[in-house]
Order: sequence, then C-alpha cells, then structure tokens
Amino acid sequence: MLAFLIKRIGNAVLVMLTVAFFAFLIFRFLGDPVEMMVNESATQSDRDELRARLGLNEGFLVQYVRFVGNAAQGEFGLSWRNQQSVIGLIAERFPATFELVIIATLLSLAIGIPLGVFTAIGRGRWWAESLQFGSIIGVSLPSFLVGILLILIFSVSLGWLPGYGRGDVVNLGWWSTGLLTQSGRAAVVLPSLSLSLFQITLVMRLVRAEMLETLRADFIKFARARGVRRRALWFRHALKNCLMPVVTLTAMQVGNLIAFALVTETVFQWPGMGMLFMQAVTFVDIPVMAAYLCIVSFIFVTLNTFVDIAYAVIDPRLRAA
Amino acid sequence: MNPASHSPALEVKGLSVEFPTRRGMLTALSDVSLTIARGEILGVVGESGAGKSMTGMAVLGLLEPPGRVCAGEIHIGGKRTDNLDNDQMESVRGRMVGAIFQDPLTSLNPLFSVGQQLIETIRLHSDRSRADARAHGIHLLKQVGIPGADERIDHYPHQFSGGMRQRVVIALALAGNPQLIIADEPTTALDVSIQAQITTLLRRLCREQGAGVMLVTHDMGIIAETADRVAVMYAGRIIEIGSVEDVLARPKHPYTRGLMGSIPALGARVERLTQIDGSMPRLNAIPPGCAFNPRCSAVGPRCLKARPVLVPEAQGAVACFIHHGGVA
Repeated sequence: MLAFLIKRIGNAVLVMLTVAFFAFLIFRFLGDPVEMMVNESATQSDRDELRARLGLNEGFLVQYVRFVGNAAQGEFGLSWRNQQSVIGLIAERFPATFELVIIATLLSLAIGIPLGVFTAIGRGRWWAESLQFGSIIGVSLPSFLVGILLILIFSVSLGWLPGYGRGDVVNLGWWSTGLLTQSGRAAVVLPSLSLSLFQITLVMRLVRAEMLETLRADFIKFARARGVRRRALWFRHALKNCLMPVVTLTAMQVGNLIAFALVTETVFQWPGMGMLFMQAVTFVDIPVMAAYLCIVSFIFVTLNTFVDIAYAVIDPRLRAA
Repeated sequence: MNPASHSPALEVKGLSVEFPTRRGMLTALSDVSLTIARGEILGVVGESGAGKSMTGMAVLGLLEPPGRVCAGEIHIGGKRTDNLDNDQMESVRGRMVGAIFQDPLTSLNPLFSVGQQLIETIRLHSDRSRADARAHGIHLLKQVGIPGADERIDHYPHQFSGGMRQRVVIALALAGNPQLIIADEPTTALDVSIQAQITTLLRRLCREQGAGVMLVTHDMGIIAETADRVAVMYAGRIIEIGSVEDVLARPKHPYTRGLMGSIPALGARVERLTQIDGSMPRLNAIPPGCAFNPRCSAVGPRCLKARPVLVPEAQGAVACFIHHGGVA
C-alpha cells in the first residue's frame, strides 16, 4: 500500500511539473512582461533595471526552477491589469466556487446513488420507469435554464430562498465560508441544486446500469443462496461493486462543474472565480491565466490521485499494483 | 433431538416448474419426486437442459422469474418450503439448505475478504458475536482443508486458487449448518486432480454433518465415486432412479443404457463407444408419448402415445414401457 501511495504521488508531482512548464512558457514567452509592466515614460535603463530585478536575464532553466519554486509557495506575481497579487485575487474568489462545487458534488452523490439503486431494483415498476424517463429531461435541460426556473419558483414566486449572492460570509483568515451563517447556507441551496441537477441524473443512470449488470453476477446468486437479505444484497454486495465508475465519473465531473460553475455563477451572481477568469482572458492577463492553469491542474491531479487511492480502498485486487 | 430430525433432508413430491412465454407455457420440470436421507448423496445426472439444475434452483427458491413452481411440494428437513414468501425463504436459505455453484471464481464477492463473507453468513444464521463468528469461520476453513486458515481468513478471493476457492465456497455453504446441500456442478470448472479432492471433501462433510447432498452433475465418473443413489433426468422428468451400483451396473431405461455405453471404461478395449443418436428435444417441442421415443432403439407403439410414469421396483424406479411390459 505504501509503495502504491508513493508511486501515485510521484506521478502526480511529475504531471504538476509538466503543467508548470507550460504555464511558465506562456508566462515567459507570450508578450514581454517588462513591456506590460512599465509605463510609457520609462527609459531604457529603467527597463534594463526591471529586467534584471525580475531575473529575466538568467538562463531558461534557472528561471523555470524559480517559477516552480514560487508557484509551489503560491507566488504567481502581480496581475498585469490591476497590479494586485494574483494569489490574493484568487484566494478572494476561490472559496466561493469551491464550496459551490463541493456541495453540488455531494448533492449529486447523495441523491443520485440511492435513486440509481432504487430504479435498478424496481425495474419494470411504474415509479422506477417514470424516474428513469424523468432523468432524460434532467440530462437535456441546460444549466442556465434550470437556474432561472429555480429562481423563478423558489425565490420570486415562493420567496423561500435567496436568488442571488452568497449571503453573509465568515472569514476564517485563509478561507471565507458561507456555510457557517444562516443566510450563507440559504444562498447556496439554489445555485448548487442548479449546478448538480445534471450530475444527479448522470450518477443515477450510471448506478442503475451498473446495478442491473452486477445483480446478474454469480456472486449475487451465491449470496442469496447463503441467505443474505435483499437489503444487504443491494446496498452492500451489489452497490460496492458499482462504485468504481461512480468514483471515476465524479472526479472527472468536478472539473466540469468548475467550468459549468461559470454559467451558474453568472445566473446567481455568485462571487466566484468565474468572472475573474473571464476578465483575465479578455485583458490577456497572463499571470492570472498561468495561475489559473496551475491551480485547476492541481485540483485535477489531486482528485485523480485520490481516485486512484479510492480504487485501491474499494477493490483489494488493485492494491498490489 | 426434535421430531423433525427424523424426517429426510429433502423430500420433493410431484414438483412441476413452468415458464410462461409469449408462445405459451413451457414446462421445464414435470412431476419430479425424490427423497434424500440425512447423510446421503443423491446424484442427479442428465444432458444440459434436462432440468437437473432447475430442480436444485427450485429447492433453493431461486428460480429466475418468470419461472415458478406450479405443482408439487418441497419439504426440507420436514418443513414445507415451496409455499413460503420471499422473506421467509431468506431465512431458509443458508440455514436449512446450502448451495455450491459451478464456478468458484465468480461465486465469491471480489470486494470482500473471505472472512468478511464467512462472518456475514455465520452471523445471519446464529447470534454469535463478531469475534466468535470469526473463530468459527477459521474452524470452518480448517474443516474444508485450507492450510493456514488463521491467516487465510483475511485474504481476498483473488488470492486463492480455483480449488481453494471452491473449498471456501463449501465452507460458506456449511456456515449456517444446513441439513441439505445443493451442489450444482461443483467440480466442473476445476482441474481433474482437484475434482477428486473436492468430491472426497463433500463426501466426508456429508457423513460428518449428517447433511443430505443433491449432487447435480453430468459427469458419470463423479457420480460413481461420490453418490449413494442416482436420479437420471431427461426432458424435465426423472426417468430412472436407484442405487449407484444398480443403475451403473444394470441400467434399465434405454436412455440410461445409452449413457453408460458412451463412457469409456479403463482396461476394456472397445472399438467404438456407443452413442445416442439425435439430441434431447427442446422444451417447446417434446414429442407426444415418451419424450425419449425419437431416439430410442427399442421404441414400441405405446411409447408414441402414452407418457410412462416412474414405476417402483425391488431396486429403484424406472419410467419405461419397454422395460415393464417387454413388448409395449
């Protein structure tokens, strides 16, 4: 198990170094940072001095190593657009997006998995078939439409939940969370539901298909012959054999959720990273984009490493690998 | 000892199983009757589709829907089980009747250790504590001949060889201490050298535990070595039943004779093995009269009209007009 962990983490570090290399390439070679940073009245000696101060005269490898070292400490320099520290800008926005995505993911698992199990074991019954049919609608509705509908029903007509913003936020120093206040929790309901609806139906359909497959397996028949009760058969023996693809799907979808969050954040006026990156792209704000590339890759790589570890926890056959 | 312990391990009376299909009702088993005493091994032989596995599944209450028992009774250890509902049947399986299936590679859940599956089964059928159940699990593994049971109990199915896995499956079948074991082709997926070990084990456990065993197989060699009595099935019916020595040495039904003739004997030099021409009819195309009549070399006029029933004899029972009436 230890060798397995070391191998997986080693892989993750290698991928991150590669990503950092590309981030460094765009940072260093897309336009001239000195041109972008100095004002128009700067003299050539000012420029040379800045160039030396930024270390741009040194060798390629030295610069790359320094970039990686800084990035590892969260130092991505100043935004070219508003001269604020990039990591500060991101730290301000990241918690909002992260909380939204995590809650949407948890919702999709908490609702999608039981629904999948029930539609599989109730196959042929009217309620299971109508759920299965209803899920097609869930898959086909675009996220912004769902968001607008949710606002219309729960916020405008019924007035139960706020339709925009993040509510009151508690600052924990390095993290700002909306989950500790009443208004913050109320505010996260609609956007996370809107973001997760697609995932819920996806997870449900996946679990249903996997369950139907697994329930035909010999070991299920043998478990029945041993006298295992149906409940344990479904939720212990069969469901555990269905979890691998669910874990894979979830990890891949977290990336998609961060991307989809852009739309949801716009609809719900959610103060997340979405707008920050839209602006960075519009103004060719390279440091922000490089930081974005590194941070999103970091999330992906971390998740995938966890997925590999989760595989090994679920399936004993993979532990030796 | 309670009075139920005097009743046979299994008693099946007039069992019929049917499958409703779009083109009418298919009768997969008709009028099957058999008894297995405690400590006795009954072999059930026949070609694929003769209904031998179906009989085992019906006893376990595990017929695939829409198949269902439409007539007859099943008594396990003196208790009638064919009329129980799903919940009641769950407490019969494992506790009164255990099962061993063909493929040990797929019978065990790959994601749970052998110990987890043993402890689960033991605790389903007794009120032992977890530690107690584990100790009993190790005992069972030793009983089925797994070396190093103390360590092996924490291993996963993929860490066992095929033969060892079938031993684990047998330990699981024994975990609820059932009085009847349905062994459905328990050795078919194993190497020949392992087959003998498994049948010897089955035989020993059957004697030690006083459990009846229904040994479903198509391998006459296994029957000859292992079983006490044998039932021969053809097209959903039992056509001959009797002690192994009797049926193997003096088969009475033409089909059984054909089966025996198609087995090569060691030592005897035979130019050609006899074979039974044709194949068993499909369930939707069973001919009128005796189901074996198209393939029977001794067929008479009565065989084409009426269906023979099992007639008890001094030794066993046979369903054949030719045998009973000389010229039918």
